[in-house]
Amino acid sequence: MSANLKRSNQPIFWLLFGAGGMLSALLGPMLVFITGIAIPLGLIFSPETMSYSHMHAFAHHWIGAGFIWVIVSLFLWHAGHRIFHSLHDVGIHAGTLARIICYGIPLLATVLAARSLIPSLI
Amino acid sequence: MRAVAPNRRRPYVRSMVGWWRKNPYFVEYMIHEGSAFFVAAYALILMVGLLRLTQGEAAWNGWLTALRSPLSIAGHLILLVAMLYHAWTWFTIMPITLPPIFVAGKRLSATAITAGGLAATLLTSVLLLLLVWRLGT
Repeated sequence: MSANLKRSNQPIFWLLFGAGGMLSALLGPMLVFITGIAIPLGLIFSPETMSYSHMHAFAHHWIGAGFIWVIVSLFLWHAGHRIFHSLHDVGIHAGTLARIICYGIPLLATVLAARSLIPSLI
Repeated sequence: MRAVAPNRRRPYVRSMVGWWRKNPYFVEYMIHEGSAFFVAAYALILMVGLLRLTQGEAAWNGWLTALRSPLSIAGHLILLVAMLYHAWTWFTIMPITLPPIFVAGKRLSATAITAGGLAATLLTSVLLLLLVWRLGT
């Protein structure tokens, strides 16, 4: 084995891409419908469904907190990786700046969401 | 191209601009890759909601009010279409991205993988709807 065969970090990003892509394929459409259409228009659900007390309690519970964290961060890791790999197709050089933007935003959101969901802070 | 020495014969260099528009296969490819922008936009909307939630009741209610604006509703309808298209393409591409799966000695067909994925989306969507409906009452 040659010493310069460095272990690639690519599988990590492809894993995050795949996990986010799968999660958004399974839950994305219904989530958009619930939070962005049904609740604002007062359809189907009780008006209290996304009230402050309900959502506060939801984000306080570890299952709720975990759900929000996983959705926000994995959706962004998926999107960032996909956009990064499509840049070349539209004639944009996929260099360091592109890397910082495409992976920096997901990283920032992951940390920020985790920090927001720590029970003592919310 | 600039690195090449000036050539007075002006050789023909085919432009790569809009290459994908010349073939319907690549047009579809660009659209499904573009769905990532909508997935990101939705995640950022939720991220803002989470930050508003940590800032207290008034901030949270402000976010809910913003979601009720006609612009937001229209935007979310577009997001819904994009998300559905993402789900559709995610599972139609899956037979190519997955390693071959063998069930009882026979390779699982592309149709079975796609249909299975779409059925899973249908199932999780119904479960999520019922769960949120139940939690809300």
